[in-house]
Amino acid sequence: MARYLVPLGIFLVLVAFLYRGLSLDPKLVPSPLVGKPMPAFTLTRLQDPNTTISDTDIKGKVAVLNIWATWCVSCRAEHGALLELAKTGKVDIYGLNYKDERAAAQQWLRQLGDPYVANAFDDTGRVGIDWGVYGAPETFVIDSQGIIRHKHVGPLTAEVINEQILPLVAKLQTSP
Amino acid sequence: MIPELGNFALILALCLSLVLAIFPMVGSLNNTPGWMAMARPAAWGQFFFTALSFACLVNAFLTNDFSVHYVALHGNTQLPIIYKISAVWGAHEGSLLLWALILSGWTVAVSRLSRKLPIEVVARVLSVMGMVAIGFMSFMLFTSNPFDRRFPVPLEGGDLNPLLQDFGLAIHPPMLYMGYVGLSVAFSFAIAALIGGKLDAAWARWSRPWTTVAWVFLTIGITLGSWWAYYELGWGGWWFWDPVENASFMPWLAATALIHSLAVTEKRGAFKRWTVLLALLAFSLSLLGTFLVRSGVLTSVHSFAADPARGLFILIFLCIVIGGSLALYAWRAPAVSSGGGFDLFSRETLLLGNNLLLIVITAFILLGTLAPLIYDAMGWGKISVGFPWFSAMFVIFTPFLALLMGIGPLARWKRQDPADLARQLRIALLLSLGAGILLALPLLHEGSLSAGLAVALSVWLVSTQFLSLRQRLKYRKGLTGLLRDLGSRGSGSYYGMLVAHFGIAVFIIGITFVTQFDVEKDVRMSPGQSLELAGHTFTFEGVEVVPGPNYSAHQGSIRVYKDGDEVALLQPQKRTYLVQTKPMTEAGIDAGFTRDIYVSLGEALGGGDWSLRLYYKPFVRWIWLGGILIAIGGLLAASDRRYRIKDLATEPAATTAAARKLASARSS
Amino acid sequence: MMKNFLTTLTILLVLGSGPLHATATLESFKFADAAAEQHFKDLIAELRCLVCQNQSLADSDAELAHDLRAEVYEMVQAGKSDEEIVEFLVARYGDFVLYKPPVKPSTYLLWFGPFALMLLAGVLLLRAVRRQKRSATAEISDADRKRLDDLLGERNSGEQKP
Repeated sequence: MARYLVPLGIFLVLVAFLYRGLSLDPKLVPSPLVGKPMPAFTLTRLQDPNTTISDTDIKGKVAVLNIWATWCVSCRAEHGALLELAKTGKVDIYGLNYKDERAAAQQWLRQLGDPYVANAFDDTGRVGIDWGVYGAPETFVIDSQGIIRHKHVGPLTAEVINEQILPLVAKLQTSP
Repeated sequence: MIPELGNFALILALCLSLVLAIFPMVGSLNNTPGWMAMARPAAWGQFFFTALSFACLVNAFLTNDFSVHYVALHGNTQLPIIYKISAVWGAHEGSLLLWALILSGWTVAVSRLSRKLPIEVVARVLSVMGMVAIGFMSFMLFTSNPFDRRFPVPLEGGDLNPLLQDFGLAIHPPMLYMGYVGLSVAFSFAIAALIGGKLDAAWARWSRPWTTVAWVFLTIGITLGSWWAYYELGWGGWWFWDPVENASFMPWLAATALIHSLAVTEKRGAFKRWTVLLALLAFSLSLLGTFLVRSGVLTSVHSFAADPARGLFILIFLCIVIGGSLALYAWRAPAVSSGGGFDLFSRETLLLGNNLLLIVITAFILLGTLAPLIYDAMGWGKISVGFPWFSAMFVIFTPFLALLMGIGPLARWKRQDPADLARQLRIALLLSLGAGILLALPLLHEGSLSAGLAVALSVWLVSTQFLSLRQRLKYRKGLTGLLRDLGSRGSGSYYGMLVAHFGIAVFIIGITFVTQFDVEKDVRMSPGQSLELAGHTFTFEGVEVVPGPNYSAHQGSIRVYKDGDEVALLQPQKRTYLVQTKPMTEAGIDAGFTRDIYVSLGEALGGGDWSLRLYYKPFVRWIWLGGILIAIGGLLAASDRRYRIKDLATEPAATTAAARKLASARSS
Repeated sequence: MMKNFLTTLTILLVLGSGPLHATATLESFKFADAAAEQHFKDLIAELRCLVCQNQSLADSDAELAHDLRAEVYEMVQAGKSDEEIVEFLVARYGDFVLYKPPVKPSTYLLWFGPFALMLLAGVLLLRAVRRQKRSATAEISDADRKRLDDLLGERNSGEQKP
């Protein structure tokens, strides 16, 4: 007689999954790079095309890498939060200017403020692909060994910074 | 004023749904004739007010009333009238109203065409349909009201998504909804039967035509969607195993199993519990589809809404309806008696196997569709399950279905001698293998064993159906015999089966040949340039700007020649709609029975050059031709004289009473 | 002009997160022969676009799709195998980018599930047929049998009336 309960049982299991699914985001692509060394790269600096910046320059201290562009509306939205983060002085913020125009990007930073310690200029987007970018803005937290510890997709907000980024940064800085 | 009237009508419709759901059901349990008699009037009232509400929304679109938020989002003054109407169901809120309208329509149809049924059955069936209606109406009124106003009133509407401004897509949702909602009738009959404890041949006979008609609509809806995707989206595809497409295919498969199961229950009294479960399953899958499209749980092209709050509402509704029905099943099904016995080798077993196979296919489609969600929820990582997986599985399992389709009609009920059957099938087997090998051999170097297999299966299906027909007409020879047989009782379902199975054969050829043999080329062409493809010459004549009623288009002209003769002038377009400026393609297609020639326009590359995509698609129309044949088969079956209303009444009183006595004795 | 073209596309990308089915995506990559072209097309058809997630890499018009197609093309021309190309993308984007889920222990459920279901169905079928065959012969109770005899008796006598 128990076999007549099987359909109901299967349905309840299904409902459990569907319910869980309501709080998940099917569009979010988690990064396989978390826990791995950051991708190697060498690019010209945004502010000075005659000098370069590499992953080795970032290694050594806990850092945040922010992928952004002037054509990206959400990047504009998060810029204020980035400036706030820079002001705290708790962590160095590096930028990866993704598929952008140098002059426009420089102008943008002049106008809106520059939270970045340094900016890599990735005009072809090839380095962005190595970092697994699919929707700017994206922000990575990297430890002093150069291992990626966290990726945040989408614009940063004060909430995200205070609840996710800063605590992680603090943790990484005290126990490398 | 009128939107308020629409909203008010919807509230009244909900009230009547409540009346419909409660009083007749309680009346049937307490044997209160007065309350049971409320079912029919309540059904009519529900329909009247739902229709009124729908008319108000249509009016809002036709009068460009942008103070209604839904109209402001999806309407537009420049929209052609036909699309102003189809915009009513073009998005989430309006499509729910269409659902409710169609549901109340079917409820009234059941109410009208069930005069000969016992009143307690009618009361229960209509009540259950009323319960479903409560869900949809309250969902609208509490979370997704199409009549919400907005202020300030915009001067112009956001326009209907250009992709939806197409006739095929205008009628695709109504057809699908007629199917989904129609399956609620079988569902309601099953619930009524479970409550009443009477699951007999009569129940199966009542349910069968309703289910078949619903299945026909679903077939048409899915076929339309596939055909639309092909000519509208510009890349020649016709099925993507998108979650929402799967959500329409699963009820179809379950409904197919159901109509076969109902046939057995009606004829032989067997499979009763199976049939009931399938009836519950088919509609449950329809409701699940509703959830998937509107909750944002899966990414899909078709998503109406991606709102977890609304998703929760639907999920609770699902728990009540599906959970409740399955609980009722668990409680009452054990008491249902088994019908006629049958041997291991018999038509019953083959049909049971067929149904199980259909359910297995449904189950793995569900698995594949939900897998990304399951894996994410379990923390097993984020995966994608797309067409390579679905196609692979489908191609592995469907041939078995085709095999069974061939054997089933030839097998006897109750007991079939395997040797005898094998002897009958010998010729069919030889023909199919022969045809398959003959085709595969010359093409082997193209690796098209699948084409050979497809031909073998199609010839198998066609030849076995002919064998079955020959057997049936054994004592009615010649043309007169055939004509007489066509006019006899029971011929509808038989010839319906033949046509539908034949449709499947056509469908198999279509999908296999177009997948294996289609040719595609992306090219850059200058005006005046010619190109060879699949034995045809394509000459690009250039692109000009052409205005439309609410869009501006770049229109290309490509002349196609075969052996020097002009075959077609194709004029694909790239449209920019005036409001939603997303570019949209209209492919240029030369349709043919054995092939389509298809061109879509890409980008302007400078200097008058354009990028183009050229396709040669053999037998692609056979896909939808198959679908149409299947639908026609269903219509033939549903029109079987046995189901005519007056005929349903003429069961001899003695056998009905005796049957009832035995049935009630057994179920107690 | 190329920049304008790209900028327009990317604006569309940002503004319209819905699928850009519309334009056929056509870079004219050059191939050694038709077989190589088909191989490339089949490969990108099985990869998922991460931006327009309802389209394959072959059909998507998203900027990232353009870039990834170019990457895959370069790798194909460089003679890389399908496995290497897939590995390259999976290392950066995870299994999500594959429309055909990889066959590994965590996906055994997915790849072998349908066959397990098929076996289960077969077993159920045999059991169901055997079970009802058994019960069909033995089920009628004595009271029922008597009632049945009575009914048949009534009917028979009714039919025998001239």
